[in-house]
Amino acid sequence: MHRVPRLLLVFMLVIGSMLAVATASAQDEEEDLRFVMVTHGQAADPFWSVVQRGAERAAEDLGVTVEYQAPTTFDMVAMSQLIDAAVASNPDGLVVSIPDADALSPSIQAAVEAGIPVISINSGAEVADELGLMTHVGQTEYEAGFGGGQRMGAAGATEAICLIHEAGNIGLEERCRGFSEGLAETGGTGEQLVVDLNNPTEAQQRIEAALTSNPDINGIMALGPTGALPAMQAIEAAGVGDRVQLATFDLSPEVLQGIQDGTVLFAIDQQQYMQGYLPIVFLTLYQRNGNVPADDVVLTGPGFVDSSNVDQVIELVEEGTR
Amino acid sequence: MSVSDSKAGESGLRRDERLRQTGLIRGTLLRPEVGAIMGAAALWAYFAIVAGDRGFLSWRGTISYLEVSAQLGILSVAVALLMIGGEFDLSIGSTIGASGMIIAIASVNYELNLWLALVVSLIVAIAIGLANGVLVRWSGLPSFIITLATLFIIRGLTIALTRIETGRTQLGGVEDTAGFDLARSVFGSDLQLFGTRFPVSILWWLGLTALATWVLLRTPFGNWIFGSGGNEQAARNIGVPVTRVKITLFVGTAVAAWLVAVVQVISTTGADVLRGTGQEFFAIIAVVIGGTLLTGGYGSAIGAAIGALIFGMVRQGIVYAGVDADWFQVFLGGMVLIAVLINRYVRKRAMEAR
Repeated sequence: MHRVPRLLLVFMLVIGSMLAVATASAQDEEEDLRFVMVTHGQAADPFWSVVQRGAERAAEDLGVTVEYQAPTTFDMVAMSQLIDAAVASNPDGLVVSIPDADALSPSIQAAVEAGIPVISINSGAEVADELGLMTHVGQTEYEAGFGGGQRMGAAGATEAICLIHEAGNIGLEERCRGFSEGLAETGGTGEQLVVDLNNPTEAQQRIEAALTSNPDINGIMALGPTGALPAMQAIEAAGVGDRVQLATFDLSPEVLQGIQDGTVLFAIDQQQYMQGYLPIVFLTLYQRNGNVPADDVVLTGPGFVDSSNVDQVIELVEEGTR
Repeated sequence: MSVSDSKAGESGLRRDERLRQTGLIRGTLLRPEVGAIMGAAALWAYFAIVAGDRGFLSWRGTISYLEVSAQLGILSVAVALLMIGGEFDLSIGSTIGASGMIIAIASVNYELNLWLALVVSLIVAIAIGLANGVLVRWSGLPSFIITLATLFIIRGLTIALTRIETGRTQLGGVEDTAGFDLARSVFGSDLQLFGTRFPVSILWWLGLTALATWVLLRTPFGNWIFGSGGNEQAARNIGVPVTRVKITLFVGTAVAAWLVAVVQVISTTGADVLRGTGQEFFAIIAVVIGGTLLTGGYGSAIGAAIGALIFGMVRQGIVYAGVDADWFQVFLGGMVLIAVLINRYVRKRAMEAR
């Protein structure tokens, strides 16, 4: 029986050394300031790995420590528990994304009450102020749509459609509302078209029908790469590439290729690298210098990718910072 | 056998080997949960050393991992009973999502009293458990396959029906429904203890563990569970209603999933169609770490509760230790591997010792 404890000893040693390896790498450069970032972005999500890289780079540049945590699945309960643990570990600052304010508010409130400076990123702009956060760093839907509308108007679009790919998604409707009002600045009009992306063929035909039935349409705003693809195909199928200009939210290899080929006018980039980098800068400035940003929302977007900078952006995408 | 016979002969006593007394220490070491208890103690000591000054030892830190453990523990205790009974249930994660969404839709969109919404969702959960159990027994197929199918069916239905009904995938506003305050005090309240909140879900976890342990060790139904999982044919021959036992156990896991959904909906005041994703595997991990065998017929509810405690400590502990979240799954898998190796070893020794 004396072999059982020995086996357990091995058990402890193995787990211990596994953890030691990881803690060693995390604590190598133990600094005076330690920030924890809890987001809903899983490690394998390319969007969030750019955010994480931004935060790590900021930590390196500033000589502070950043620990990145995210639930293994999109699980707001698990995420709120991670925030609880982060708060209990008493960091010098906390960075969170707030995709579900109902579920996360109690945990975030506990952080604020414990006197920890908190910054929200990416999602949660509408609740950040109310929760007493230092600021929000991200792209707001309406403003991004507005910027896109202005830019499309400047490119000569007078009558455009905004492709909603999820009926009832308030964020998407806000983008379209902003787009229409941005377009109105140059006298253009924007209308919504709801398409179902679960059926790309049907979506393409729907867009094609809209383009051929109304020869005045000369602009399309897609709300994401998944909506941009059927729009590209519809424009090609209808043979209206000279007349209709296409723009989209967010980057993807196909969209970047389209910008290079001239089939896509521009893409709206929320520049999420800054959503990782800036909060670490703000928190460090707060702790070292007592500075607080004055804006309730610090906008990282809309940034624009068009033919003038697409080559550079493609390079940076490969480096993992765009 | 021959060893113990000869020993009995040496001591001059002609006792049946089945009645042979095991020494207290050996008896304790052979309990299924003993490895898990020592593992939990070792992990706690480890985090206390590495992250003690980072809040792991604080009351708030303790509560944060106990809360994670409690929600998984409620599941893992029910799953332990099912696995001792020789079956799997992979659909519990989806059942959490479905139950939560039913509660939110019924109470927010249809303005039912929250308690009525809880009853409605409980009925659906029981129906899911019955469906799993009946399908497994009727088809004779492994429950792994049947519940793998229901995992996707239930999750898909939850997403599809929720979007048809509400056009969204998240629903909030449960805090404004009738009956919320009472429901909150039963399922989601935070008692004030030592100046920090103490989630009532921890009490549910401990209570269910005690109940399951009592059922397993002190009731005929507990014997039936061991029998159904150990050797179904033999159990049937001595009159154990195997089908009834197993269907009851499937209903048990579905109801446990429902309870977790209730706790989550009340504490977050909303539901999300993706809630519970992956929990079925975490629950199996907790059960296996707790010493229950995948083959059935052997295991413990206390072990499953401690498996959940270990899961919670590691999940939250790596935040205190400052380890990147990327590593969590590596530790989790490593612990499962170590736990099953230890369990196999202990079981072998247990068999030899007879």
